[in-house]
Amino acid sequence: MSPSTNRIDTRFAQLQAEGKRAFVAYVAAGDPDLERTVDVVLALERAGADIVELGLPFSDPLADGVVNQLAADRALRAGATTAGVLEMIRKLREQSQIPLVLFTYLNPVYTYGYEQFHHDAAAAGADGILVLDLPPEEASENPEIRPTAELRHIQLIAPTSPVERIKTIAGLAEGFVYYVSREGVTGAQTEVAGGIAEQVALIKSATKVPVCVGFGISSPEQAAAVAGMSDGVVVGSAIVKLVGKHGADADLPHRIEAFVKPLVQAVKAV
Amino acid sequence: MSSATALPLPTMPDQHGHFGRYGGMFVPETLMAALNELSAEYDKARKDPAFQAELNRLLHEYVGRPTPLYLAERWTEKLGGARVYLKREDLLHTGAHKINNALGQALLALRLGKKRIIAETGAGQHGVATATVCARFGFECVIYMGKVDMERQALNVARMRFLGAEVRAVTAGQATLKEAVNEAMRDWVTNVRTTHYILGSALGSHPFPMMVRDFHRVIGVEARRQILEREERLPDLLVACVGGGSNSIGLFHPFLNDEGVKMMGVEAGGEGILPEKHAARFQGGRLGVLQGTKTWLLANEDGQIELTHSVSAGLDYAAIGPEHAWLHDQGRVEYTFATDDEALDAFQELSREEGIIPALESSHAIAYVKKIAPTMAKDQIIIANLSGRGDKDVAQAARMIFGEELKF
Repeated sequence: MSPSTNRIDTRFAQLQAEGKRAFVAYVAAGDPDLERTVDVVLALERAGADIVELGLPFSDPLADGVVNQLAADRALRAGATTAGVLEMIRKLREQSQIPLVLFTYLNPVYTYGYEQFHHDAAAAGADGILVLDLPPEEASENPEIRPTAELRHIQLIAPTSPVERIKTIAGLAEGFVYYVSREGVTGAQTEVAGGIAEQVALIKSATKVPVCVGFGISSPEQAAAVAGMSDGVVVGSAIVKLVGKHGADADLPHRIEAFVKPLVQAVKAV
Repeated sequence: MSSATALPLPTMPDQHGHFGRYGGMFVPETLMAALNELSAEYDKARKDPAFQAELNRLLHEYVGRPTPLYLAERWTEKLGGARVYLKREDLLHTGAHKINNALGQALLALRLGKKRIIAETGAGQHGVATATVCARFGFECVIYMGKVDMERQALNVARMRFLGAEVRAVTAGQATLKEAVNEAMRDWVTNVRTTHYILGSALGSHPFPMMVRDFHRVIGVEARRQILEREERLPDLLVACVGGGSNSIGLFHPFLNDEGVKMMGVEAGGEGILPEKHAARFQGGRLGVLQGTKTWLLANEDGQIELTHSVSAGLDYAAIGPEHAWLHDQGRVEYTFATDDEALDAFQELSREEGIIPALESSHAIAYVKKIAPTMAKDQIIIANLSGRGDKDVAQAARMIFGEELKF
């Protein structure tokens, strides 16, 4: 896929032209089940999300907090498989062109076949991938896990990443950089961490791709504050929690839309 | 006094922790800085004579090294084959080999200026060893332990609490060792600036598999010297149980260049090699990545980690240390398994024949010796690693063997 046709790149180009920040939403694919994930993503799109990160569930998500871990458990118990998630994306693409990033751990991808997974995910309609436990060093040292051009490889940078490392990772970035604004696992926090503006500036000195900030954002005030310092805001656990609570309710999509809309508006007002 | 540096420093892994196609640093970016810092500091420490001298002094005075290499005469006679020596790691302070590594890493934490220590534990031996060294150095100590393991190892939970550690129950998933590692990693990601994670096996991301191995090499270094003194020749066979693989790599490693010495790692066969009934990664496992390392593991066709089972909490884990995966590929070490029943049987036999109650983990190695020794010649020599003592397993064994519930 050439840069001009990748949905992530296209969306960021539009946002840049409009002078707007991106709203990125994360949900676990298959929670409460794969069929309803389609409804959840469509609800996120109606609420104004620009990009959706879909968690491909893994049994041992050690970089995630308890909220996302429970969501992955629910998805696996409800029968989510790698092939099932790709099939769900294929169905979703009949109704939506929202950019999709697969957010996962290496073992499910490795077991499927790294290259084959990239190929099949791109064919199903995914645009990017973030493998949480695959640092760039390993990608270059293991021939069987070389990145392919079919998906944008989203890189993650942490508050503990040293300056030299930030530059190296940012230099490899495709699509956007995901800056983790807090030390810790994924999960809602009550305060926004400090030093974000400085770190974003440092990352931007090393890459042309946009920088989105996440980990722990749950209120419109936090979203607006972070949007003011970056190119976009990622909200995950707060939405996942809502899915966990109302997964069995018929009005789940409406609840999601109602919760996400004010967050999007706060980001778009910046 | 024992010396862990009697033989040249090993050359594997490479600088990023690869043992051939295994190992590496498959961790989230949030942990990279801490692991690189740890690698750099360990690299300095392992070459620092003052660090090694302090480690050796404490291993001798506090931990009780060297441990005896004991000829099990009565049992040898009964088995009627090879002479069986036991490397008595069960006689160490806290009752198992685990303290070799816990002490080494505590000294590293001192160098790193980190005063809060976390660890995972399965059987509780690593947790007890970590709690012990934390008390010795005045560190704050949090131990993550699966709820199921806390029930089967209640004695060790109480010991950790006496030693001043906080034991946090992990209820996720199967609530055993793997989940405890996940929780410890999560804690570390959150508190990485103040906290050192004392990983207890030759597992996880680089530098842990290398570092844990180096701290346990003293087992093999001593055993090699002792057998040469006693028998004036090297053994024919080394036997050790393999969960993550720390006691086995510690015994095996100093003998790797001794061509005539065969080595056998014994995995947990549980109730037999059926899905979710065992923890023998070389029996029906597959190549994959779990908790920081690329290795053999038990997972389904979608890469989801499978449930495991073993009578011994310390062997009940879905992945094997990456260096073992490499040694397996090289054909340098062979791997087999012993079932729960075989281990329980060995537990009783060694207790009666030698007056030594082995840990259920070590009983897997004993079970293999019981099988193989009678097939070997009387002038052949086996060294089995008695990695821990069985006191912690008494309640569970009483339930399984006598059908009795012990009340404490």
